[in-house]
Amino acid sequence: MRIWKFGDDIDTDAIIPGRFLTEYDPMKLAEHVFEGTRDDFRAGVQEGDVLVAGRNFGCGSSREHAPLALLGAGVRVVVAESFARIFYRNAVNTGLLPLLCPEAGALVEGHEAVIDIAGGVIESDGVRHSIEAVPPFMQEIVDAGGLVEYARNLEEVERCTGSHQ
Amino acid sequence: MGATLVEKVFSSRCGKEICAGDVVMADVDRAMIHDITGPLAVQKFREMGGERVFDPARIVMLFDHQVPADSIQAAENQKFLREFALLQNIHNYDLREGVCHQVVMEKGHAAPGEIIVGSDSHTCMYGAAGAFATGIGSTDMGFVLRFGALYFRVPDSIRVEANGAFAPRVGAKDLILSIAGDIGADGATYQALEFTGDTFGAMPMPGRMTCCNMAIEMGAKAGIVPPDAVTGEYVLARRPGAAIPDLASDEDATYAEWREYDVSDLAPQVAVPHNVDNVVDVDLVAGTHVDQVFIGSCTNGRYEDFAEAAEVLGARRFSDDVRVVLIPASREEYLKTLRAGLIERFVEAGALVEAPCCGPCMGGAFGLLAPGEVSLSTSNRNFRGRQGSTEAEVYLCSAATAAASAITGEITDPREV
Repeated sequence: MRIWKFGDDIDTDAIIPGRFLTEYDPMKLAEHVFEGTRDDFRAGVQEGDVLVAGRNFGCGSSREHAPLALLGAGVRVVVAESFARIFYRNAVNTGLLPLLCPEAGALVEGHEAVIDIAGGVIESDGVRHSIEAVPPFMQEIVDAGGLVEYARNLEEVERCTGSHQ
Repeated sequence: MGATLVEKVFSSRCGKEICAGDVVMADVDRAMIHDITGPLAVQKFREMGGERVFDPARIVMLFDHQVPADSIQAAENQKFLREFALLQNIHNYDLREGVCHQVVMEKGHAAPGEIIVGSDSHTCMYGAAGAFATGIGSTDMGFVLRFGALYFRVPDSIRVEANGAFAPRVGAKDLILSIAGDIGADGATYQALEFTGDTFGAMPMPGRMTCCNMAIEMGAKAGIVPPDAVTGEYVLARRPGAAIPDLASDEDATYAEWREYDVSDLAPQVAVPHNVDNVVDVDLVAGTHVDQVFIGSCTNGRYEDFAEAAEVLGARRFSDDVRVVLIPASREEYLKTLRAGLIERFVEAGALVEAPCCGPCMGGAFGLLAPGEVSLSTSNRNFRGRQGSTEAEVYLCSAATAAASAITGEITDPREV
């Protein structure tokens, strides 16, 4: 997979501008992903490419259109030094895998990367960087294939259950 | 061990001791959906096998981001939600009442100790009512519509204590911009901001709403002001008979951080493009030419903001070089502003006054900027492209600073006009 490199504080308005939010089909949203902020991404991104960012990726709006636009463009994994809270959760819920990597800054635009999720490693340019798994309570949602799949056969949920993490 | 306000809300709702870091499936008291994120939430609800929503009386629906509908697609989305509301017996405020967060507050949908979710990031505003309120995405909202509950990782809290009285023409917006500048755009990620001290104690509800509204701009999950007599009076006027629990954090509660502010020396603040935490005293950017001034949004579109703007304006006119766009946050705020004679004054002075909605705030409907243009706005975000072209610039400030700048045509200290 090829690396597309972004900086810190990439907000949801940059990922998908407000004027396109009447759409919620991933393929249609993908036609405008990063419009005006990084137009070469839309033209060049290929299925399976990985987006690598700095701190606070996905800050701003609650719009789920942001992970959907990335999914529509073929991105399945985002690796970042940190994620904004709502985006992180939206990503897990929709099936875009958000991976925390403190060393994301060392990864290079255009280079190839291999991600071993089970092993918790992303390898690029011969260097292995550790990635953190999603929190245990969200892993169940990831394993189910997103929150819709997780919830599809639930009749009821048990309140105030949970764990200390 | 002592508990923070947020820990107390969750403990109370769950009937057992809940601490920061706990992950719990908790009932929600209210869920809010609007025209932008609502259609997808409904679709997800249905994909999850949802037929009837958990409790129509606990769901608030309204349209504010693209009203009146600015495209056929927007009209279709609204029609879809209207039909869903009718089918499910959900009360739909439609496009009549105004911006979601203001409407939730003024219609009494938020009360102390409640857990409230909304499919909009500024849902954290209801912390002004002493509620734990947080923004969620559409799929999470689909889950809420179906089950009436959601998983929460209970956040740590940062205690923000402010003391002292504001100087004239300095207020809540300046304080929260200053706090955002200090904490940073991701400095409170996954945490809650607990606003305390005599400044917040003396602050009327509109200012508390402004501060809680912008908690998300620091990455926070929630902002919350301990409920007091001011909260009680506001909530009871809108929901007669509401329970007003005696909620306060314990003195020995554990905080991730404790920040203190003395507001008496605070100058008017401005967030400079393109980050919300890029905050400076107004004199550092005074003189910057502005093409558009926007007073509105859920952050600062209330009567009090317009009253402050009118006081700064006096008998003068706005500069002919500036497009001045004023949008009350709700019908109620619009009527108050209208009845006080302020709308007439603003129109005489050269402003455009629009019906309650989000307007240019999220760059959707109208009031957008051309490349190279500069906007000064009382809204909450100055991300690149937020109000139109990605080559435009958005500065954030209070209504007083916005009004002063609209008079001169350049960013101006409201204490100097």
